[in-house]
Amino acid sequence: MIYCMEKTDSTIRFLREKALWVRKETLKIHGIAQETRVASSLSPVEIFVALFYGGIIKYDPKNLKWEGRDRFIVSKGHGSISFYPILADLGYFDKENLLKVSKEGSFLGGIPDPIIPGYETVNGSLGHGLGVACGMALALKRKNRMEKIFVLMGDGELYEGSVWEAIMLAGEHGLDNLVLIIDHNKACMLDFCKNIINLDPLGEKFKVFKWSVSAVDGHDMEQTYKALLRFKSEEKGMPKVLIASTVKGKGVPSLEVDPLSHIKNISPGAIDAAIEGLQ
Amino acid sequence: MSMVKKAMRDVFLERIYSKMSENRSLFFLTADFGSPKLDALRRDFNDRFINVGIAEQNLVNVATGLALEGFTVYAYAIAPFLIMRAYEQIRNNLSLLSHVRDINVNLIGVGAGLSYDVSGPTHHSLEDISIIRTLPNVSLISPSDWVLAERFVDYSIENITPKYIRFDGKPLPNIYTDTDRFNLNDGFFELSKGGEICLVSTGYMTHTALRVAEKLRKEGIHAGVVDIFIIKPMNEMLFAAVLARYKHIVTLEEAFIDKGGLDSFVNNILNKQMPGAKVKSKGFKDSYVFDVGGRDYLHKLNHLDEDSIVAEVKEILK
Repeated sequence: MIYCMEKTDSTIRFLREKALWVRKETLKIHGIAQETRVASSLSPVEIFVALFYGGIIKYDPKNLKWEGRDRFIVSKGHGSISFYPILADLGYFDKENLLKVSKEGSFLGGIPDPIIPGYETVNGSLGHGLGVACGMALALKRKNRMEKIFVLMGDGELYEGSVWEAIMLAGEHGLDNLVLIIDHNKACMLDFCKNIINLDPLGEKFKVFKWSVSAVDGHDMEQTYKALLRFKSEEKGMPKVLIASTVKGKGVPSLEVDPLSHIKNISPGAIDAAIEGLQ
Repeated sequence: MSMVKKAMRDVFLERIYSKMSENRSLFFLTADFGSPKLDALRRDFNDRFINVGIAEQNLVNVATGLALEGFTVYAYAIAPFLIMRAYEQIRNNLSLLSHVRDINVNLIGVGAGLSYDVSGPTHHSLEDISIIRTLPNVSLISPSDWVLAERFVDYSIENITPKYIRFDGKPLPNIYTDTDRFNLNDGFFELSKGGEICLVSTGYMTHTALRVAEKLRKEGIHAGVVDIFIIKPMNEMLFAAVLARYKHIVTLEEAFIDKGGLDSFVNNILNKQMPGAKVKSKGFKDSYVFDVGGRDYLHKLNHLDEDSIVAEVKEILK
């Protein structure tokens, strides 16, 4: 892949602006829907933005069953409220729905369901997405189709045993149309991962299971975008995992250092100040 | 057609083999569980066969992904492990997701009830009927012989919905000879018409029910026998109409009773359609079976053998 330097620079600038906008919108949603998991939704923002505004994922909001779309499974469904404004912005549904998250009659719940246009599968219960993605990847290979399967997973989700069943299968079957992105925010609900069961060295674990591994700073837009772009076209006969090192609660200083950030809210009265503090 | 003993899974797999050669959209997954009849399938269709390893959760998840892309999928494993290890996968990715997506995943569980008698309670499957019955959108199929088992191959392709098909693990003689006498979609068949009392059974217990009816007939008692092979969805109105001819119903299942299984299903229908009908439920009480021995021995210990049921029927009719 040859990059046009000038074009890449303007793309990265555009993506950074989008990421800032997504964080603001995410905080606004959290202000009206306090049940939403704001900290775990703030860590994967650059990943969502790079995939959907960087031209990496092929999609058609008006034709959800389009065979030519890349499949995107948000396995860490609970931590994807930041995906709502993106879906609305791209035309999956009207933006006014963002004002009704978690409200009676809305299709946008506190944890997203596949009744939401843009969500392919059931998420939120952890450890399901990668196995389902393996089935999709096998199906597309058997049909000689070129579309890719992207999966976003949290690092805490790696504690689910079913994830490792899928990691083994994907490596053994060389599913190189499968790209797993780990939102490595290093925290679960009760504590930081290193204090629960240390996941390091994470990349080595995937390597021994025959995966192609890449690691980036998941808040560095240029690194994240370029790694995803490269992964999309890489065909080494191996599934690919991007370990995106992120910060849970990124952009909100009080959440960034709190081991309990998963269950912490920003009260409606403090939302404006939090938005003001974003950079 | 004379009576021939065959394993349900073997007949089913042979039919799947012939379907896979003409239908490119069939995909077969196993969790490292086999059968001599599976050998030809995995040799000749290795692009549409995968052994996911001893990993039932991934079996169901991978099956879901294939089905979302349009394949008709068979997910084959030992019944209790398939249903109970992977229960949340079945709930979320099949039951729940099929509410909004077309998913044709056929869970093929071998080892219904006490099929794996001497293997003990880990390998017995006494809960599967009640816990699958509670899941919306999932069909529950429990054939009593290999003639029916074979018929469920075409059914599985035509009906685009998640299904659990529970097979007995042992070769059993055929009960049915001419299955065209009834509509498979009704879900049940009245194998023999009786007087006051009717035995309602599923799977292996239909063989017992027929032997019980034969013994009773020699004593001048005519018991009806109704075999239920689709517990959900079935023609409940027609079923209730058949039961309405009887004064007493005895349900027979190789499963826990009073926990939402076949007995509850029958009771629910009778409560709605014929309040006041008298029902006796036979199955396993609230306890696992640790006793070691063959199926007949274990049935005797749990009062599910022919003689116990015959005595019970006579007591009811006194």
